[in-house]
Amino acid sequence: MEWETVIGLEIHTQLATRSKIFSGAATAYGAEPNTQACAVDLGLPGVLPVLNKEAISMGVKFGLALDAEIGMTSVFDRKNYFYPDLPKGYQTTQMDFPIVGKGSLIIELEDGTTKVIGVTRAHLEEDAGKSLHEDFHGMTGIDLNRAGTPLLEIVSEPDMRSAKEAVAYMRKMHSLVRYIGISDGNMQEGSFRCDANVSVRPKGQKEFGTRAELKNINSFRFVERAINIEVERQIDLLEAGGTVVQETRLYDADKDETRSMRSKEEANDYRYFPDPDLLPIKITSEFVEQIRETLPELPDAKKARFIESFALKAEDVATIISSRETADYFEIVADKCGDAKLAANWVIGELSGYLNKEDTDIIASPVTAEMLALLLTRIKDDTISGKIAKQVFEALWNGEGENADAIIESKGLKQITDTGAIEAIVDEIIAANPEQVEQFKAGKEKVLGFFVGQCMKASKGKANPGQLNQLIRDKLK
Amino acid sequence: MSLDKNDVEKIAHLARLAIADEDIPGYAGSLSSILQLVEQMDAVDTKNVLPMAHPQDAHQRLREDVVTEKNQREHFQKITENVENGLYLVPKVLD
Repeated sequence: MEWETVIGLEIHTQLATRSKIFSGAATAYGAEPNTQACAVDLGLPGVLPVLNKEAISMGVKFGLALDAEIGMTSVFDRKNYFYPDLPKGYQTTQMDFPIVGKGSLIIELEDGTTKVIGVTRAHLEEDAGKSLHEDFHGMTGIDLNRAGTPLLEIVSEPDMRSAKEAVAYMRKMHSLVRYIGISDGNMQEGSFRCDANVSVRPKGQKEFGTRAELKNINSFRFVERAINIEVERQIDLLEAGGTVVQETRLYDADKDETRSMRSKEEANDYRYFPDPDLLPIKITSEFVEQIRETLPELPDAKKARFIESFALKAEDVATIISSRETADYFEIVADKCGDAKLAANWVIGELSGYLNKEDTDIIASPVTAEMLALLLTRIKDDTISGKIAKQVFEALWNGEGENADAIIESKGLKQITDTGAIEAIVDEIIAANPEQVEQFKAGKEKVLGFFVGQCMKASKGKANPGQLNQLIRDKLK
Repeated sequence: MSLDKNDVEKIAHLARLAIADEDIPGYAGSLSSILQLVEQMDAVDTKNVLPMAHPQDAHQRLREDVVTEKNQREHFQKITENVENGLYLVPKVLD
């Protein structure tokens, strides 16, 4: 039988506020355990939540970026369950009246086609603390620093039909929250993680199959693998005459399998009710408009503009705009050197290579956009060749000079454009290789490359390749 | 609608309340009468009435995003001996 996969994602993204959603404790990552957990976060008796305005602003900003409905009145509810990483005994979240209503996101697939994925809603809630299961004499250690960190939970419609679509959606959402600056999106630190609802059904069937929920996946690679493994498991089960049980499953990356988290099954009776400690939140249209003005150019608009005004390949643009910082960097380089194609090649090629190798963020790149722009300008005005430029780039990266001109000067890398000097080199190489001269004259065009290579070497890479080519041809005639 | 012994036990478990067996019939009766009151209210037509999230006709005041809390870990952890390396220790949680 042919099966169809149905996937919906719930993405949890930590909002980049300084303080928590309901308390004035700090949200910075990596602090000593429980040093950023105040009385409110600990759920001590008598405490009251005080809502962080910035969390509301960020929620609205996200809604505007998705062109979604904004919840002009939203309400916080209590989701009741007992777990030591949430000492209050409930999570404060939004159930019936979320801050963001229906919207959609356009994803692009590998073959270049696009698909609209519905976003059901996005609501604000508080994160829980962390349980550490290492050995504490048979006990569990609790760190409540993360408890109360604001989260935006973004719920999609079950619109995705493959693991690849799910990854494309997750990547696009990741890029969006970072573009609009509401989250650092750091997946290693858990700032951006997702649950995947996965089911299968016979192709052509209207009703959805029974779904399993895969919990807490924190990498793009794992989301694809976890979904594929789960789909395989469900199909095998159904084809063997079994049934899929609705349950929460955990993806184990080491064993590459999903397994049931039985312990939580019976607990799914959350008894939501409006939190009496928090009044409904009313947003004015002036507030919304103020936030709209802070929205940057969004990825889709930027992409269209880059393709249009820089005449670049769609795939190159997709790489460049994947982060706002890269897009900004590229735009400075392209504008200043006046050659977008060259700028794109260097940003995607050399620069990305160094950034990856040294695990550096583009914001912290030792070669700034201005420095790269000057370097590329020197290729364009024939001061250096592309090959030498790579040497200069390396020197810039290593801080050997304040800009390309200084390095070209100090290392004597300036291209030889003086015809006389190049001619001397060419004459010398031709005289030293009579055999190859004969071969060329006998029609072996490929030998030209040998001469160019030899001459380039003799000039220490400083000859102008175009000029060199022409000269050798003329001399060999 | 009236609640039986199982319902009461389940509700008590969800709220992590220990109740004595002999008290269950009494709780079942009291809780059932609350539900009966709700049933009576169900008769009212509320089609055009917005759900009320809070009894006060006011809305939430918001605070600026400023860190105002200092580290008081030592102070908070005085109430328990079950602390190690700054962590609160609780009975083992199995996932």
